[in-house]
Amino acid sequence: MTTNAPKISPGDLMGSCPLPLGDYQGIVLAHGSGGKLSGDLIQKVVLPQFRNELIEVLHDGAVFSIGDQRLAFTTDSYVVNPIFFPGGDIGKLAVHGTVNDLAMCGARPLYLSVGFIIEEGLPMDDFRRIVRSIREAADATGVILATGDTKVVDHGKADKIFINTSGIGLVREGVQIQPKRAQVGDKILVSGFIASHGIAIMSVREGLDFENAIASDTAPLHGLVEAILATGRDVHVLRDPTRGGVTSALSEITQSAGIGIRLDESAIPIRNEVKGACEILGLDPLYVANEGKLLAFVPAAAAGEVLAAMRAHPLGRDAAVIGEVTSDHPGFVLMKTRIGGSRVVDMLSGEQLPRIC
Amino acid sequence: MKYLDEYRNEAMARKIADEIHRLVTRPWVLMEVCGGQTHSIVKYGIDHLLPEQIELVHGPGCPVCVTSLEMIDKAHAIARRPEVIFCSFGDMLRVPGSEADLLVLKSRGADVRVVYSPIDCLKIARANPGKKVVFFAIGFETTAPGNAMAVWQAQRQGIGNFSILVSHVLVPPAMEAILQSPLNRVQGFLGPGHVCAVMGYREYEPIAERHRVPIVITGFEPMDLLEGVLMALRQLETGRAVVENQYPRVVRCEGNQAAQELVKKVFEICDRKWRGVGSIPRSGYKLREEFCDHDAERLFDLKDTEKQEPSICLSGLVLQGVKKPHDCPAFGTQCTPQHPLGATMVSAEGACAAYYTYGRHLQLEKKETAEA
Repeated sequence: MTTNAPKISPGDLMGSCPLPLGDYQGIVLAHGSGGKLSGDLIQKVVLPQFRNELIEVLHDGAVFSIGDQRLAFTTDSYVVNPIFFPGGDIGKLAVHGTVNDLAMCGARPLYLSVGFIIEEGLPMDDFRRIVRSIREAADATGVILATGDTKVVDHGKADKIFINTSGIGLVREGVQIQPKRAQVGDKILVSGFIASHGIAIMSVREGLDFENAIASDTAPLHGLVEAILATGRDVHVLRDPTRGGVTSALSEITQSAGIGIRLDESAIPIRNEVKGACEILGLDPLYVANEGKLLAFVPAAAAGEVLAAMRAHPLGRDAAVIGEVTSDHPGFVLMKTRIGGSRVVDMLSGEQLPRIC
Repeated sequence: MKYLDEYRNEAMARKIADEIHRLVTRPWVLMEVCGGQTHSIVKYGIDHLLPEQIELVHGPGCPVCVTSLEMIDKAHAIARRPEVIFCSFGDMLRVPGSEADLLVLKSRGADVRVVYSPIDCLKIARANPGKKVVFFAIGFETTAPGNAMAVWQAQRQGIGNFSILVSHVLVPPAMEAILQSPLNRVQGFLGPGHVCAVMGYREYEPIAERHRVPIVITGFEPMDLLEGVLMALRQLETGRAVVENQYPRVVRCEGNQAAQELVKKVFEICDRKWRGVGSIPRSGYKLREEFCDHDAERLFDLKDTEKQEPSICLSGLVLQGVKKPHDCPAFGTQCTPQHPLGATMVSAEGACAAYYTYGRHLQLEKKETAEA
């Protein structure tokens, strides 16, 4: 096949000039989907105003020193619908998500703040259940709920309940984990079966009853990260592939580190029931959200040891090497398909929408 | 995964590809009719397994792509009304009309909902008796029975607040139009598996005969597509031109007769304008007179307007298999899935969008395949 397409740089593809991505007059849902539009909103609207050396890293949290302590600091908001789903609820998610953002900086999570925005009319029992769930998740994780805030808005001005949590953690001496450190030759590991969270949520929303109910994988990953760091190996990047899924997370890393990634589709662990649900719903599991999985970039020589450490941890039992970092095609993730072909896996353009047939 | 992994097996794929390499003696141009097939081909890199002599060109079978701009504008005019709950298949939401897309209308307060089946709309209609529930009934023969069933049930159950905006299109007239075009290059077809699951494949036999083209009714998994290519190639190399069925696990010669009867009861054939191609006689369905109470085009006062597509866009030629997406100067630069200039960039199943999504404009894969 011959191609005479104009030469395009990764920057063009990802939303810098000349793509007219920013010509939306208002915010649409896809601005929050973790894909290209989200990135564009941050790059074009938020960063120019907020710019500083901490935020520019565009990691899951910021790492800085106060005195001789290295701290990680992060924040995240939770607006999931439905608020209760198989495997968890919005409260549990709000603890795990922020704990995981800290863990992805290599930090030990210590303190969380919790802010509620509650829609008038939320049943008190639901609120109690959520608060209890937050406390249980915090206890299980060993973080202290240090401060909080509660606001109530008119009926219809929010969807039942929104939660924001911020977190502070301690980063050990010598730990340097950030997307920019991805290096050519690094192996890429995933900690287990992907796409369960998004599919659990979608199944409830679509009213799909599967023979084996698919539960969200929501879980705190700091213990698994401890286990990885305990190998003493130099871990370059950790990332939890939440919104936008594995591909959006990997795409982002290729951008910030200026490297290319080669993925092997057949090595990516996906449960059969999730695969089946994705087929039914017309979704690609690579773009579906996870809430209890991480991606690790480690030097090839350390991959075996790190993989073994992950598999020895209950949350990493099904860990696998799924790809590697290459100097070819910087800025892009190229995947060897199941049948031996290949394709680029790109960030989502917007919301992932089910296809007609 | 059972019944799926078997059709995505690397060793089997290599085996069929080897057979294709062994058989081919000269260049051939094959068209896969369906957008779903195009999507699979590009997603799995199936064309990279084929010999250079076999060129796959992408057909008009992306229902979202070929829905005319005028019809999309009508849909938007309906969706904007405060009394309407507008329901659609998911991938229609991003398709731009003249002014906006359904996602933007939703962000401005329109009640736009994604449904997986038009039957779901009946539930929505029953639960919202004060609202008018409208379903955007697009698609080929594949989606027609579901849409017909929704209307038929609405009438039987007296659900008066449900209607559909019909923009159905039919495959055989489009194939005829392609074959009759002076620009035609297509020498064989991978026929539309799911359309034929409904309609059977008798109506393709006169086309194969009249135009001397092999038509192999083909499925959507990698194995299906490779086998479809192999079967079409065998015919071409031996000078045969008949209809064959690669997809017997889903398609029977006579199709699904109950579905066909229902479609006939509810719809009648009409002329239809295709985005990027123009009007093709007797190439669509419209609701029969007795179901006019459920016909959104009649219920809402909608103006017919003539719309022009951007002149740089080659989507009409891409839909007819005359051009490839990357032949277009706007492809990947002025025209992207975020800012589509034409039909084939608007849906995931459109050839241009599939090429873009899977990075075909980046020239990375060939190199990678050579290394492998």
